[in-house]
Amino acid sequence: MKITFDWLKDHLRTNLKEKNLLEQLTNIGLEVESVESLSAENKLFKVAKIIKVEKHPNADRLKVCDVNIGEKEFKKVVCGASNAKEGLITIYAPPGAIIPKTKTKLVVAKIRGVTSYGMLCSESELNLSDQSDGITELSMKYEKNIGKSYFVKSKSNLIDLSITPNRPDCLGVRGIARDLAASGFGKLINFEKKKINSNIKQTLKVKINKEREQGCTAFGSCLIRNVKNVESPKWLKDKLISVGQKPISAIVDITNYVMLDTNRPLHAYDADKIEKGIIVRNSRSGEEFTALDNKIYKLEKGMCVISDHKGVLGLGGIIGGTRSGTEFNTKNILLESAYFEPRSIRNTAKKLNLDTDAKFRFERGVDPLSIESGLEKASSLIQKICGGEISKIDIQKIKTYKNRIIKFNLNLFENIAGFKISSKQMTKILEDLGFKCKKDKKNLKLIVPSWRPDILQDIDIVEELVRISGYDKINIINPIKERTRSTLTQTQKLFHFLQRAVASKGYLEAITWSFADSNYNDYFKGKNKDIKIINPISSELGVLRNSIFSNLIMYIKKNLDRGFKDLSMFEIGPIFTGPNPGEQNTVICGLTAGKKSRLSWIEKERNVDVFDVKKDVIQTLVEAGYNSDKFFIDTQTPNYYHPGKSGRLFISNDKDKVAAFFGEIHPNILKGIDVKTESLVGFEIFLDNLKLPKKSLNDQKKNYLVSDYQKSERDFAFIINKDVKSQDLKKAISDIDQNLISNIKVFDVYEGENIPANQKSIAISVTIQSIEKTLNDNDLEKINRLIIETVEKKTGAKIRS
Amino acid sequence: MSDLKKIKEEFLLKLNQKLNLTDINQIKSNLFGKNGLISSQFKKIGSLAENERKKFASDLNITKDELQNLIDTKIKQIQDAEIIEKLEKEKIDITLPERTFVRGKIHPVSQTIDEISSIFSEIGFCVEEGPDVENEYNNFTALNTPDNHPARDMHDTFYLDEKKEKLLRTHTSPVQIRTMLKDKPPFKIIAPGRTYRSDSDQTHAPMFHQVEGLYIDKNVNMGHLKGCLNYFIKEFFEVKKIKMRFRPSHFPFTEPSAEVDIGYEIKDGKIIIGEGDKWLEILGCGMVHPNVLKNVKIDSTRFQGYAFGIGIDRLAMLKYGINDLRAFFECDYRWLNHFGFDPLDVPSNYRGLSR
Repeated sequence: MKITFDWLKDHLRTNLKEKNLLEQLTNIGLEVESVESLSAENKLFKVAKIIKVEKHPNADRLKVCDVNIGEKEFKKVVCGASNAKEGLITIYAPPGAIIPKTKTKLVVAKIRGVTSYGMLCSESELNLSDQSDGITELSMKYEKNIGKSYFVKSKSNLIDLSITPNRPDCLGVRGIARDLAASGFGKLINFEKKKINSNIKQTLKVKINKEREQGCTAFGSCLIRNVKNVESPKWLKDKLISVGQKPISAIVDITNYVMLDTNRPLHAYDADKIEKGIIVRNSRSGEEFTALDNKIYKLEKGMCVISDHKGVLGLGGIIGGTRSGTEFNTKNILLESAYFEPRSIRNTAKKLNLDTDAKFRFERGVDPLSIESGLEKASSLIQKICGGEISKIDIQKIKTYKNRIIKFNLNLFENIAGFKISSKQMTKILEDLGFKCKKDKKNLKLIVPSWRPDILQDIDIVEELVRISGYDKINIINPIKERTRSTLTQTQKLFHFLQRAVASKGYLEAITWSFADSNYNDYFKGKNKDIKIINPISSELGVLRNSIFSNLIMYIKKNLDRGFKDLSMFEIGPIFTGPNPGEQNTVICGLTAGKKSRLSWIEKERNVDVFDVKKDVIQTLVEAGYNSDKFFIDTQTPNYYHPGKSGRLFISNDKDKVAAFFGEIHPNILKGIDVKTESLVGFEIFLDNLKLPKKSLNDQKKNYLVSDYQKSERDFAFIINKDVKSQDLKKAISDIDQNLISNIKVFDVYEGENIPANQKSIAISVTIQSIEKTLNDNDLEKINRLIIETVEKKTGAKIRS
Repeated sequence: MSDLKKIKEEFLLKLNQKLNLTDINQIKSNLFGKNGLISSQFKKIGSLAENERKKFASDLNITKDELQNLIDTKIKQIQDAEIIEKLEKEKIDITLPERTFVRGKIHPVSQTIDEISSIFSEIGFCVEEGPDVENEYNNFTALNTPDNHPARDMHDTFYLDEKKEKLLRTHTSPVQIRTMLKDKPPFKIIAPGRTYRSDSDQTHAPMFHQVEGLYIDKNVNMGHLKGCLNYFIKEFFEVKKIKMRFRPSHFPFTEPSAEVDIGYEIKDGKIIIGEGDKWLEILGCGMVHPNVLKNVKIDSTRFQGYAFGIGIDRLAMLKYGINDLRAFFECDYRWLNHFGFDPLDVPSNYRGLSR
């Protein structure tokens, strides 16, 4: 909402300065977004006339215009607007001017080889409207102003307020003034009501159809005959321009003025263009009309339209139509002042993707009791400026408005606000805001003013009182430092631990979108169906990710393309398995690309491989408190891993839920998305599948059990079928006697010469130690034999002699 | 000259020549070996006459010690020389680079979440979570934002179905609803997490992070709210005093509602928090609307309290001088390295939030 201090002063008597005003506005919840000085910079924008238009020699879409700006010589301006034509009166900005919308400073510039001195501006570039198609078109009446500044000099700055959606009353200057006055900033000026004393009947029949979901509940109107629509007088034009509106004609300007002044939208019809009478009804499917923005709208069933006997004239409370619009030669007008239901307005505007000043106001709630006063104010102004005779006011309604009544318990204020004000103060504030108050012992009986649709219950009264008293009155009560429950749950602790554990292995933490490009996600979605976003920002962010890889691999690629060769990145966050709340899992996912060391004077170069990520996964889980002796690994991994170089890890033998996958990324994927690296390996740890470690850190520490008896290491080499897993071999050995076999280590794997085809040699070192005694040769020999026998029996291996 | 003296002189002479370890060992064995010259002399003692024996033995021992010491000294000298020579040879250019190491980093958003959790932990808040995909009811309706409410315009929402019943949560506030529905008051929680709006430009990202706060009990009023946020902001920015401004605003789910600004100034192109005459909006808050409490079946005549929502990314930007929101999610290796935190830098109360 744009206002000026000058305009406010129409409603507010005050000696205070603009600086105080800005502070006070913000203090009472009418946030000042920006303050713009209009006069200084805008002086440069001049009314100008296009004298000649030629095609640009080097560009089809551009034109070279000779522009009369009131100086002897015409200016050459290059312009891309399709509506630039000879004779058009428009607005010219010289080099040095700052374009209000973009805040860019114009310079003399060569555009495709032709020098352009300044620019012809569109309404949107001047912040006059959202109209950005083509340059501003001014009426021929401006011809006498050529060379003069378009904007009037104003002492008052343009103040842009951010009005919250609950305060439609402050979409009118008067509402803002009322709030200010209540807070002690000046005094609200009261006006005498201008009653229309007329004995002329309103002869155009208006009917509101009683239908289900009728969006219009009251329609007030009056006829003004024999007007002469003229250019607005200076005071009115200046006023509109001072808040960035473009004057059009007296009748339109007056309706705009009343709307901005009191938040009472009005609409003026050319009464002679209305066929027989007005019918307010629901639209039928497929009805069409051309709106004042020159666009044709095709309506769905059930939209609130103002029609005549021929068809739709306009969308009630949103936009009028061209068929019944007023023009300079309009003689008789019908002025409409109606009430439209916010819900209906909102639905229609949303469906048609339409946003107008009127819509913005009606969807937030216009004062239902302002129908008459709006008509009175506007029609008397029209009569004053355009002449004519005003008819009596006709009001059709299907619903009668009743003011809301609230019983307000005085104690509630202090309960919520934490400070006290007297009941006298409360009454004063509320009365200044337009409430009618009646006090009994504990309560205030309040009649809510009709312009405050946001006040529904007692808590809303508390807000009014705190707001106007000032939020600075709220005392700070310092919090007590006390913790009665633990801050994090076990699961949350695990999350934080794993996050930092993985980072400490050399991975950079990334955060990527929860959505993904389906081209990438398709590689990693496995059996999941696409979870599509209905209204994505772009097709590259069209689905919810089924895997973190979908995004991480893209960013690894981007970084590789930047020239980084050896990269490790991870992300911890959600992946999605379905479109419903809760169908998500928390995953920690890492990728490592390139070499472990590169160009080193001391180390051998080698590519990162699956055993690097295996180490990262196992170490991370062990650090988090899981026992690696119980881990079980097999080869069933999703298809985005290299089928021969990837693994699936379970926390325990019972293979309950997959704890992690790790491995090389499938070479086809690297090819498919063109990842240029020597090697790419990755892992995924599924947090929701990890059973929380049973023992707390505290419990883990309690049993300190070590053996000081002599230990001995024995080495074995077995010849075994290639496809037997070392994990099985180890398990066979450890199962023999877990009290004696304290460690098993695979230290060599060999295939090739001297080993039969399809077989391999595995060398294992076993540490044997008792916690009860020193083992003698006999004991060791027994264990030795047992190990060989068991392994041979269970795995088909043969000891290598 | 006695044999002893002869041996002594002969070997003193030999030992003073330039010798290597083998030579010395040879000498040593010539003297003290089983049949060495000195060893042989010892064997003579028994055959000597009583009167000569004492002196001879004494002389012999002195000579033996003398030679023995000399030999030991010589050996040590040679060994020392050898070690010095060896060390000299092994000398390397110690300025050559060490073996490569890689350093992981924690993302500034994660670090900031940990900082926030640590601060609120001190004053008794617990961390709650909720799903990223929400139903329309939890995200809007339960929060007193019915479908015709213009406040919905401020939330450009991503939808997952045509009926617009499933969506990506536009704020962390639905966690309030979930928490209150599953438990009984009092509630004292924060809920950090991902949030989404279909909005994307220089200052908006389609995904960002928020932390929700909720404190419901008997007698919680706006003074507590102000005190809590004042405490939080001071702790977070690690300053003793903070300029803070509460101003009225509107959120459908709180009444009264406020936005909180903090004072700042720009010095040498850097933003200084807590001083100056400029205001920066950093969060929204208010007293939980009775309609919200009603929706989660809490008696608003017995329980009341406050809620707040803070943009985490924005806080991180302010504290760590990051000026581009979109860079948080672009995963540029250089950016992550620069703005990331060492994994060992776990924010905690006793050692301070940051180094």
